[in-house]
Amino acid sequence: MTRFIIRRVLFGVIVLWLVATTVFLLFFAGPADNVARRLAGPRAPMEVIEQIKDTLGLNRSMWEQYASFLGNLLHGDLGISFISQTPVTTLIMQSLPGTLWLVAGAAVLWMAAGITGGVISAVRPRSVLDRTTTVLVLAGISLPTFVLGMLMVYLALSVFPWTGLQPGPYISPLLDLKGFLQVMIMPWVCLAVVQAAVYVRLTRGSMLDTLGEDYIRTARAKGAPERRVTYRHGLRAALTPVVTQFGVDIGTLLGGVVVTESVFGLQGLGQLMIRSVRYGDLPVIIGAAILASAFIVVANIVVDVAYSFLDPRVRLA
Amino acid sequence: MSLTDASAEAEHVPEEAPAVRGKGPWRLAWERLARDRAAMVSLGVIAVIVLLALLAPVFAAITGHDPQAQFPETGLTPEGLPVGPGSDFWLGADSLGRDLFIRILYGARISLLVGLLSTLLATVFGIVAGMVAGFYGGWVDGVLARVLDVVLSFPYLLVAIVLVAALGASVPLMIFVIAFFSFAAMARVVRGQTIAYKEREFIEAARSMGAGKVRTMFVDVVPNLIAPVTVLATLLIPTSIVFEATLSFLGLGVDPRTASWGAILADSVDFYRVAPGLLVFPALMLLLTTLSFNLLGDGIRDALDPRSDRLLPGK
Repeated sequence: MTRFIIRRVLFGVIVLWLVATTVFLLFFAGPADNVARRLAGPRAPMEVIEQIKDTLGLNRSMWEQYASFLGNLLHGDLGISFISQTPVTTLIMQSLPGTLWLVAGAAVLWMAAGITGGVISAVRPRSVLDRTTTVLVLAGISLPTFVLGMLMVYLALSVFPWTGLQPGPYISPLLDLKGFLQVMIMPWVCLAVVQAAVYVRLTRGSMLDTLGEDYIRTARAKGAPERRVTYRHGLRAALTPVVTQFGVDIGTLLGGVVVTESVFGLQGLGQLMIRSVRYGDLPVIIGAAILASAFIVVANIVVDVAYSFLDPRVRLA
Repeated sequence: MSLTDASAEAEHVPEEAPAVRGKGPWRLAWERLARDRAAMVSLGVIAVIVLLALLAPVFAAITGHDPQAQFPETGLTPEGLPVGPGSDFWLGADSLGRDLFIRILYGARISLLVGLLSTLLATVFGIVAGMVAGFYGGWVDGVLARVLDVVLSFPYLLVAIVLVAALGASVPLMIFVIAFFSFAAMARVVRGQTIAYKEREFIEAARSMGAGKVRTMFVDVVPNLIAPVTVLATLLIPTSIVFEATLSFLGLGVDPRTASWGAILADSVDFYRVAPGLLVFPALMLLLTTLSFNLLGDGIRDALDPRSDRLLPGK
């Protein structure tokens, strides 16, 4: 078990190192003038270019630059934003709460809706309820997130203005609970609808597989009530792939719910990245991208380890 | 009907009775698909959308509205707001006085081009990579499987953001990014199928007759991959179309001036409260397209494998 964990962690470190190296090569490989120009933007005066070359040490050899890039990363130093002149870590820390709350709230909604929908569909396959769920899921999967979000904003502002729901930057619930809810409810629902569609599919498929197993028949044969068979015997085993997917999704989403944040103007990590691309603020893009990768890698390790507890066969792979 | 009846009837079979013709698996699949009403309607909708996209220049000539041309006189009200649907602007104008209908048609060209081209690329490379990994096994397989794991565990948007920041937004880059992620899904499916077929008797037979590995792969394995690859490719098209629309919406895809559904929707953000058509029409086209491809894909899956469940587990 320990060996398995060590192997997974080592693999994760290698992935992160590859990500960092790729990012370094994408942005810093090439002649110093070109790199500084790209970082500063096409309209920056020559002094700024020189200053950037100086502060970033672009005149040093590639290997020296690479070493200091990795060194700074290990110390958690992500550099300074060109636009706002604040440390990238500060910007990220400011954006993180919005993203965290968005993912946490939406996760509760989509897990509840996804598992309930999947179980109902699986217990009565081909019933009216199952077919309705299937159509809703297909619509949910076909509807791009940003279109759903835009429709929600339109409805909230033009048709149901009395709800007080509105797009806007994240507000801390400790400062203004009402404002927090007015801003967060729409993004929660939007993200949850899109995710729930996937989880209904996953739960339904997994549940149908499980309910076809021999031990389910045995449970029924020994006289266990149907409710107990469905939930204690069936759902418990069927949830394993759902939990795996959940872990991976959480990791991915924490790195920035780019679309949902942008549609609702939530000012989270994802929107920070999009804004930085628009203004060419490369230190922020690099920092946020590496942080997002770290979330994903860690989530994958957690899922793998959790999975190996649930299913010992995995450890052999 | 009992046995005696059958034999009694057999005596009366006229000489010219039509011979029972065997139906190939493809014909059977097509017949099953033709009975699937949702799939056939979807096929019709897709055909109409493709036709509209192809005929976009014709419509532009009829209305006299170039997709990029701005008509501040006719397309905007005296207050500077976009005009609604009418005989001149069939679906209304956008905030710059451009013809929304014409722009949506040109947007269909971009969506279909990106959707089909990136899926085609992903399919070709996915088949080759997946088959080589599955067939050769060993370290080749190990390396590819790890690469696929990493690719599939990274969100495409994150990679797109980094690449666009480094290289600048363009249509080829977008097709490449989308194809790269679809390729991983395709390669994984093909790899699994190849591993399953590798040990079957007909492969063994081919090998014992002296067929080389490459020949065995392309002559004996590929035909068996057509069914799952067709299904996945049909389902990858709508995913790619949504990728494109999302990237363009975020300003990471095509040039923002280009008429693409995502860009049109992004343009509408500040105006759709006064002109809901700017949001509704392109959104409807996008939804219709992706829904049709998804329904068709599900239909093809049912037709090729009648035992399969309509909703397969997994994404």
